Amino acid sequence: MLKTFPKGGVHPAENKVTASKPIETLPVPKTVSIPVAQHLGAPSTPEVKKGDTVKAGQLIAKSSAFVSTNIHSSVSGKVLKVDKVTDTSGYRQTAVVIQVEGDEWDESIDTGKELKKDTGLTGEEIRNKTLEAGIVGLGGATFPSHIKLSVPKGKKAEVLIINGAECEPYLTADHRLMLEKGEELMVGIRLLMKALDVEKAMIGIENNKPDAIEHLSSLAGKYKGVSVHPLKVMYPQGAEKQLIKALINREVPSGGLPIDVGTVVHNVGTAVAVYEAVQKNKPLIERVVTVSGESLKNPGNFMVRIGTPVSELIEAAGGLPDDTGKIISGGPMMGKALNSLEVPIAKGTSGILVFPENKAKRDKPQNCIRCAKCVSICPMGLEPYLLRSASEREMWEMVENERVMDCMECGSCSYICPSRLPLLDYIRLGKSTVSKIIRSRKQ
Amino acid sequence: MSDVVVYSIVSLSVLGTLAAIILYIIAQKFKVYEDPRIDKVQEALPGANCGGCGMPGCRPFAEELVKADDISELNCPVADNEAMGEIAKILGKELGEKTPLVAVVKCNGSPEHRPKTSHYEGASECRIATELYRGESDCPYGCLGLGECERACKFDAIHINKETGLPVVTDEKCTACNACVVACPRDIIELRKKNKKDRKVYVSCINEDKGGIARKSCKVACIGCGKCVEVCQFDAITLENNLAYIDSYKCTLCRKCPPVCPTNAILEENFPPRKEKKKAGDSAANKS
Repeated sequence: MLKTFPKGGVHPAENKVTASKPIETLPVPKTVSIPVAQHLGAPSTPEVKKGDTVKAGQLIAKSSAFVSTNIHSSVSGKVLKVDKVTDTSGYRQTAVVIQVEGDEWDESIDTGKELKKDTGLTGEEIRNKTLEAGIVGLGGATFPSHIKLSVPKGKKAEVLIINGAECEPYLTADHRLMLEKGEELMVGIRLLMKALDVEKAMIGIENNKPDAIEHLSSLAGKYKGVSVHPLKVMYPQGAEKQLIKALINREVPSGGLPIDVGTVVHNVGTAVAVYEAVQKNKPLIERVVTVSGESLKNPGNFMVRIGTPVSELIEAAGGLPDDTGKIISGGPMMGKALNSLEVPIAKGTSGILVFPENKAKRDKPQNCIRCAKCVSICPMGLEPYLLRSASEREMWEMVENERVMDCMECGSCSYICPSRLPLLDYIRLGKSTVSKIIRSRKQ
Repeated sequence: MSDVVVYSIVSLSVLGTLAAIILYIIAQKFKVYEDPRIDKVQEALPGANCGGCGMPGCRPFAEELVKADDISELNCPVADNEAMGEIAKILGKELGEKTPLVAVVKCNGSPEHRPKTSHYEGASECRIATELYRGESDCPYGCLGLGECERACKFDAIHINKETGLPVVTDEKCTACNACVVACPRDIIELRKKNKKDRKVYVSCINEDKGGIARKSCKVACIGCGKCVEVCQFDAITLENNLAYIDSYKCTLCRKCPPVCPTNAILEENFPPRKEKKKAGDSAANKS
């Protein structure tokens, strides 16, 4: 019997069509625009100005607050402008636009391919390197990683959980990373364990990736304390709280953090990035992005520089099909539809999905028939139908009491609803309004 | 037999009288004095319970009117001057001068001016759409057209025009209660001074992008060129964040600014048609 989380969850068609496609390195684009707000928390402060020459890996925006991180140039060239650029939401945000000239990397970066296993660095130094290199959670939430590595006083991490679940359909970026950079991943995990001062690390991988499970299991023997755990395929297993429940059977309290139950969760992509930052001095300037969709000629996994426009990726995947109805940044469950192809790839972009028109359309919403399907699949044990109607009627107190802040916006409720109600849209509205109310109450 | 009838009548009358006396004493002891004027004032108010005055409803507003020494600052947006005059008479207090206001929609981005670049299928509410993305056109400031203002209006005064997808205010019905202004998540609607014959001159745009970007997303966007500021003799127009704004209290409706606007972002409404000038000007740019 494979492990999984006990409450709720759905199993959408997996469609992992790019699982067998090796990671291709995308050529450096002509221009990149690197937003200064690619992570959760305060936007970074730009350090460069128009006309400056930068090298790949050079710091271009500095962490501005506790919850913030550094941002580096992903290419070498000249800064065209520091101006507002359209981001994934369509709103304009400050970004550094760089005209590419050659591909010159910062001297401090070790571009060699050989594996560097040992480190003489202390936990504190590893943590600082994570901040310097601007590493954020690469699973999609983009929470600055160095904060997760600093355990608050009075709490103790017992086990490090590595998230290789990749529960979103279509996405295979983490899957390929586990296969192709297994050794780097393992060293990265050892580094994270050192920073957190834990003896045990568990890698959770869903059972639809048998090759990755096998590969990492064979490697795990060589690294002390690391173990691989196959999991039953279930969405949203890649969510922090669900993964903790599945692997160590502990429940993170409402409003709490994983450290409250003695664990810290990092994504496999983050672990590889930590390896590169600590051992090779390479900041987070590129990531693996899955480009997928039924009508694409050449779907695949691409190693992309941060700031590359989405259009370049789609070009590499064989161009935009004629029947395209929707382009999504991220996975099909939690991702965001794009309304321009010129938006840049950010640190948190795990996939670009191109859906044909017939698949992209939302059905017309009908009335709620009180079937309670949304209640039974909600992994957080909420009542989505209730949250929706309360948000619609602006009953914010009730929305708050029904624990709207526990919602992680996995979208399972909207997915399962037979009446096709936009449940998550209303829950998001409730969540943002309630968080505003809570913030104003604290002041 | 007759004894039973007599006893019951007597005992019931005694009980009744006793109860009446107790109730009377209690009523006297716990009497709450309520100003009778509150009822009168409430009756004189329109009773829309719209909350436009800032109070939860008409009753609390009536109480506030009776309590306050100076009612010149208190104003019911729905009541006309006559009704307010009556209230002032009941209370024997001085009435403040009320400037009549009207809601004005500051976006002219019909599909013709602002082409659609995407299609929204989510929940049909502006406040949800605006948090998700910039909207169906390229303008991240403009009207989303999902009718939040229409649903907020209690006076049937604002409706989405199906052709343009933009809200239209019926000036006669608008009471300037502020409900639509609060409902609009993009702050497009503004309460402006009401002029004679509902005449208006206003910048119908709130786009704060630089000229080039604003123009690209909408043909009638304000590009912040400042031509209107130069032509205005009354210092009524200010330019801030690439956006011109006409102060409705300073504006004299001289109509000098609409013709100079290169993008026709300044609208004039309910004016008689302009006289044809000898010079071929671009004065006919705006429809009334």
